[in-house]
Parts: sequence; C-alpha cells; structure tokens
Amino acid sequence: MYSDKVMEHFMNPRNVGEIENPDAVGQVGNPKCGDIMKMYLRIENDVITDVKFKTFGCGSAIATSSMATEMIKGKTVQEALNLSNKAVAEALDGLPPVKMHCSVLAEQAVKSAIYDYAKKNNKQYEGLEGFDPNEEHDHHHHGDEE
Amino acid sequence: MKKRVYLDYSATTPLKQEVLDAMLPHFNASFGNPSSIYTYGRESKNAIDNARDIIAKSINAKSDEIFFTGGGSESDNWAIKGIAYGNKHKGKHIITSKIEHHAVLHTCEYLEKEGFEVTYLKVDEYGLVNLQELKEAIRSDTILISIMFANNEIGTIQPIKEIAEIANSKQVYFHTDAVQAFGNIKIDVKELGIDLMSISAHKIYGPKGTGALYIKKGVKLHQLIHGGAQEKKRRAGTENVPGIVGFAKAAELAHENFDEHIKHLTSLRDKLIAGLKEKIEYIHLNGHPTKRLPGNVNFSIEFIEGESLLLSLDMVGIACSSGSACTSGSLDPSHVLMSIGLTHELAHGSLRLTIGDFTTEEDIEYVINQLPPIVEKLRQMSPLYEKVKGGN
Repeated sequence: MYSDKVMEHFMNPRNVGEIENPDAVGQVGNPKCGDIMKMYLRIENDVITDVKFKTFGCGSAIATSSMATEMIKGKTVQEALNLSNKAVAEALDGLPPVKMHCSVLAEQAVKSAIYDYAKKNNKQYEGLEGFDPNEEHDHHHHGDEE
Repeated sequence: MKKRVYLDYSATTPLKQEVLDAMLPHFNASFGNPSSIYTYGRESKNAIDNARDIIAKSINAKSDEIFFTGGGSESDNWAIKGIAYGNKHKGKHIITSKIEHHAVLHTCEYLEKEGFEVTYLKVDEYGLVNLQELKEAIRSDTILISIMFANNEIGTIQPIKEIAEIANSKQVYFHTDAVQAFGNIKIDVKELGIDLMSISAHKIYGPKGTGALYIKKGVKLHQLIHGGAQEKKRRAGTENVPGIVGFAKAAELAHENFDEHIKHLTSLRDKLIAGLKEKIEYIHLNGHPTKRLPGNVNFSIEFIEGESLLLSLDMVGIACSSGSACTSGSLDPSHVLMSIGLTHELAHGSLRLTIGDFTTEEDIEYVINQLPPIVEKLRQMSPLYEKVKGGN
C-alpha cells in the first residue's frame, strides 16, 4: 500500500532527534487521532541550517516528517513556508488517500515551528497570517469509510 | 527466503493438509449438486450429511441443528436479524455488548434504524460483561441477548453459562458469536444452554467462506437467504460442498487433539507474554490474565503507534495486527480497546499476536528478540517518549 520511497523513509528516517537550544519548535497533532509531530529548527540569517523531528504516528506520518525535513533544510524561512503537503506527498511518490492527512500534518509542523520563530523574533512572513498552531487541525479527511 | 513468522491466527489460519486432501475430490471428481437425485448428487449430499454430523458432534448438538452458511458474518447476521424479524410480535429489544465483532454491532445498528432498540452493555477493564447489568437490562420486550464467546482482539472469554442461564430464566433467546472460541475452547451447547451459535471454518485451519449457525431445535427465526430448499428450506443456495467438507475435517482435527492443542498454545502464549514483559518497559497486557483465548496476546506499548510497529515487524518477517486507527482504515482506534478504558495513545499503540498450531518455540523466541529493538527505535523517534526519558 505504501510506495518504496515511503517505506525507505520510514525505515531510514532522516533528521530524527532534537536540537539543543533550537531557534524554533513546533508541535502539531494529538494522541486522539494517533499522530503527533514535533519539529525543531536552527535558523541563521533567515536560513534553516538544521532541522530535526520526532513523530508519534504511523509509517506515513514518520515518512512525511522525514521528507519534509529534507525539503526545508538549507532553505530560507519563506521558502519553507511555501512547502505544501502535496509537494511532500509527491516527493514520496504519493500516499494512499487515507494517509494524505499525514502530509498535511507535516506541512503544519513546519508552519508551527516557523510561527514560533516569527513570534520570538517579531517577524512577519507571508503565509503565516491567520495560522494558529493551537487550533485543532482537521487534517483528517473524513472520506468514504462508511 | 527470509524468516517469516505468522502470528495472526485470529485473522485467519492456513488450511491443514488433511483438510485440503478432504476437499479436493469435491471440486471435480465428486462435483454433483447435492439437490440432484442421481448418484453424483447423492455423493455430494452424503458428504454434507457426514460433515453436519461431525460439526454437530463437536459441540454436542444434533445434526439437524447445524446449518451451513457462507461464514461467521453471515451466521451472525442470520441469527440476529432472523430472531429480530421472527419475534418482533413479542418485542423489539435486543441486548449485546460494546465489544462485539462488527458483524454483530453493525447488524444491531442496522436493526435500530429498522425500529428495534438495542442495549450495548459496557465491559470492565478486562473486557468482561457484568452479569448484574445484564439482568437489569432485560425488559419485558427483550427478544435476544447476543454476547460473544471470546473476543477476537483481546481474547477475553465471557461467562457464557451464566449469561445463558440468565437469558433462559427470562425466556429470552441467547446467541453467541463463537467464531474465535470454536476449536480453542470446548463447547457443549446443551450444557451451556446456548440457543444460537455462530462458527467459522477459516479460524480453525479450514477454508474461508464457510461457516455454520447452530440453531437449537424449536428456535424461531426468519430466513436471511431466500431461494431453493437447501438446509431444510432455511438457507437457500447450492451448498459449498468442498468448503463444508473442509470445515468438518478441520473441526474433526481440532477436536481430536484438543487438550494437546490448548496446552501447546497456552504455553507459547505465556512464554511470549512473560518474554515481552521482561524485555520491554512500559507495556501493558490487554484483556484478562487467565480468562483468555489460549493463543491470544495483546499488548499496549506506550509512546508508539501500532501501524509503524506492524510495518517494522513486517520488515523482519513477523505478521501480526494492531487496534490502531491507522491499520483499520477508519479514524478511530479499536472499539474494543476503547471499551476496556484505554486512552487513545494506548489503543493506538496496541499489538495483537495470535498463536496457532504451526507456531514454534523458535518463532516465539524470534519475536521476543526482534520486538524490543524495534520498539526502542520507534520510541527514540517519539515526542511522547522524551518526556518520560527526560528526567533521567
């Protein structure tokens, strides 16, 4: 059901762990839905120089976390904010429809960490307007299962 | 080929060779329609009659109380809808439990839409129904109590005899879904006082798509499948002769070496439980320590999620299952695990390993060695774990 790329990232996730004294931390999801993603960023001169994650969740939650960290490492904060869940899913050669919410969660985790950075440093970024990291994200797409 | 260990016998079992051997002639050489009067047909009819005798004997029923179906789900549907529609002049109330198989729960939910009323009994932390609550739930218009014999997820065995006594004393029909129990617990329907019982072949090393409903003589219920005169005009459709023959062979084998089978499974189960408890911190056994199916192990492993655990185990050749939402295709974790009071985290982190006749000591040791490093790797990735380890 998962692509080889998803399995590869699940079995060998990139950037797992924590950053000591990070410049930004974001956490999204909740145990109720079975996924929690926490993302740590090191940001220098508006560039993400290091990123680590910890995830409680299914295989695709771990794979999307891993892929998202790879995709934003070395990017500017603004570039990272432009990362879409679709881009993460495509980079993994697709996700099963019921697992698309994991890619949404990965996008939200990046946003949430950058929100923390922006708040701490009094910065404004395009794409953060109206973002509320504490909001219950309805990232589960209630689909066709009954 | 890399090592493969199958520990999902509650999902399904491999067909035993003897079962396959018994079935094969009925696909071609002896292919007649049992309803035909010539020799081909009579051979098939005899094979079914013989199978019916064997299944009946295995639960101490009479042969004319066994009706073959297309599996456990059909048996559950037939029993519940059949009793409901056949007795609606007497009442419209049904009692079941919150931890039934979906074949029972969704049938009851369907009947609610049809105007019936259903009480879903809650269960305690081990998954046992409370007999006092059952008594109190019975109303003057209660027509059926349906409580499963043993639970498919956590293995808990219900006090079936006591439940049947309560039902019988109130003249309420008692149905039990014994799909998991049959072949793993000795069942005497007369001694236990069961009115209707669902059983299935593929859980006992028989073929998929074959089951039976035991209907005690005199119990009135409507038909589910209308058509020809098969199964004494109570379940239409040309009989699945190879399936039925295979089912009987599997039941015969199960009851031949019954005590040995139970001893083997129980000893491996307890070894697996003890081994994992010793090697992994923060794990909890779900279900009852002793009132449980001989092959059932169900743990909640804290701080990690079940699907990632299953995928990791699959990579080392271990096949098992989980009550996590992510493995069910739905958004909620197992209704059984939520009903025994687990938090969402613990329900998402559940792992079910079910042991069967082909499981070896070596398989169990393999799992005991393979699981701990996988759990540790996933915990190292988990933001829930760092809080616990943070203080160290």
